[in-house]
Amino acid sequence: MTVLSVLVVDDHAMFRTGVRAELERLGSGRVEVVGEAEDVDTAVAAISDLRPDVVLLDVHLPGGGGPEVIRRAGASTTFLALSVSDAAEDVIGVIRAGARGYVTKNISAPELLDAIDRVAGGDAVFSPRLAGFVLDAFAGTIAVAQVDEDLDRLTEREREVMRLIARGYAYKEVAKELFISVKTVETHVSSVLRKLQLSSRHELTRWANDRRLI
Amino acid sequence: MTTAAPDAAGGTRRSADGFRRAYRPVDARVVAGVSAGLAEHLRLPVVWVRVGFVLATFVHGTGLLAYLLLWWFLPLQAPVDGSPGLESARRRGLRTGSRGPSRRDVVQSAAIGAVGLGVLGLIALGGGWLEGWMLPLLLVVTGIAVVWRMFDDAAWNSWLRQTEGPAFAMRLLVGLAFIGLGAIYILTVNRGWSAAVDFFAALAIAVVGLSLILGPWILGLWTDLGTERRERIRSQERADVAAHLHDSVLQTLALLQKNADDPATVATLARRQERELRDWLYGRQDDTATFATALRDLAAEVEANHRVPVEVVTVGDAAPDDGLRALLAATGEAVVNAAKHSGASRVDVYAERVANGSGDRMEVFVRDRGTGFDPDAVPADRLGVKNSIIGRAERHGGTARVRSTPEDGTEVALTMPVSPGDKESA
Repeated sequence: MTVLSVLVVDDHAMFRTGVRAELERLGSGRVEVVGEAEDVDTAVAAISDLRPDVVLLDVHLPGGGGPEVIRRAGASTTFLALSVSDAAEDVIGVIRAGARGYVTKNISAPELLDAIDRVAGGDAVFSPRLAGFVLDAFAGTIAVAQVDEDLDRLTEREREVMRLIARGYAYKEVAKELFISVKTVETHVSSVLRKLQLSSRHELTRWANDRRLI
Repeated sequence: MTTAAPDAAGGTRRSADGFRRAYRPVDARVVAGVSAGLAEHLRLPVVWVRVGFVLATFVHGTGLLAYLLLWWFLPLQAPVDGSPGLESARRRGLRTGSRGPSRRDVVQSAAIGAVGLGVLGLIALGGGWLEGWMLPLLLVVTGIAVVWRMFDDAAWNSWLRQTEGPAFAMRLLVGLAFIGLGAIYILTVNRGWSAAVDFFAALAIAVVGLSLILGPWILGLWTDLGTERRERIRSQERADVAAHLHDSVLQTLALLQKNADDPATVATLARRQERELRDWLYGRQDDTATFATALRDLAAEVEANHRVPVEVVTVGDAAPDDGLRALLAATGEAVVNAAKHSGASRVDVYAERVANGSGDRMEVFVRDRGTGFDPDAVPADRLGVKNSIIGRAERHGGTARVRSTPEDGTEVALTMPVSPGDKESA
């Protein structure tokens, strides 16, 4: 098993230290914290220097916030938003910018490790709260500035998956409930994420272009 | 989405006297936000409104005039009183800014405007309509727009940035110069330079007249500026306190919660404190009681009493009626049961307002990963589940289902129809 390199981006030194200590204690052999950054500029620099597998990214950062880091650091890095803010606007905003998942800072260390593993493997990580926001955003119930009118609809299956995650089910419980494989759950979750991130046609074209689909 | 989004996004803003008022949006303006504001108010696609303005301009410039008048009369949307945590994060540049006009909007407006100008130009060239008047007229309009824009920005700046001295003076001068040039051109085209002297006399008279007309308005603007400055200072003070709390207490709590040696007590205290702060910082400002807020309060209470974290996720909301109050009570019973008997380390509560052909319904799921029990084996004299949960839900026209297995814990699923007619609170 390869060791995942992780960069911790947060403007609070105490929190960085705490996360680092936990990851080193519980995740030795699985993850390695290769660096820390405290604002948008240092984060962008650290990402291009260290090329971490996963960036733990705070939503509120000096210099423009987490979404700004994602925009400037490019698409080749995997971001997991780790924030104390649970305002829908912030959370959806950082996901829309391209983060692969979102967890709140009171997540337990084993869960955080699990989340890091999952995003590094290409899957999306949704906390129940995020799943709730996503359902709200797609239903047009919350006014999220970044969610525009072209938002693609969720399929019935994707909605079901999101609802179960919002109800606190783990991925494998979702799979059991819907009689599908965990892999399928992950596919649904990834496609929800993609719909959220590519809500305008312009971006969708770019996405397809990047993958040589058109 | 086109019909639902503006509705949800704030099309239902009402002032105290109950009238829907049109606003120019603060954050999505291409020129002045008149089109966007009007489109939201009339619930029309914004393209129609823009095309409408351009078309109306061909009719003796009515569209342009209407636009300028609306610019004057429509108030800029008052900033929504955000929660201190978000406001302060925005002010300190920790968040990405608000949306601004989307690129599509800018391109679209530019295109519509260009087409309009082109047609206008063709008319002027071909028909000789407005011959000789086109250019000066445009100059005058541009000049007025620049000056106007500046006053508009003065109000706008007061809650975004300081009014800058040199830029202020520059734009005032440029705008006045344009107006002057345009006027001189109009005059000299028809009567030669001799008219210039007359013009300046006329200008002096006009200025006196204008200041008589506009004086009170400008004065009012300056007063507003002072009021807004005071407002800003006050809200900044408030936001700084919030920032301090965010940086210290909330962060420490997050850590405490993770590293506690005595998990039960410390974590509970930490969570309680965290919840309070969170509510204050990241706003549930709507103090009007809704189903979702009631649910959160209920969760907080159980958490405090039974020392088990209760995670609440809600999608959609409704104004509480008898049925929903019964649903709330049944939910409370289920959450207390889970916290007391299951031994689970966390209770998840999920509530969703599900749209339905015949009428909406509220669904609530209470889930724990505890020991579970056999619902059929519960002795007949134990009325908790049967009476307080299932019975209560069914008496009010809802349903309740309890699913419990030893390995997966318990899930209580409750549904209740939402009485129609409270769409507003959704």
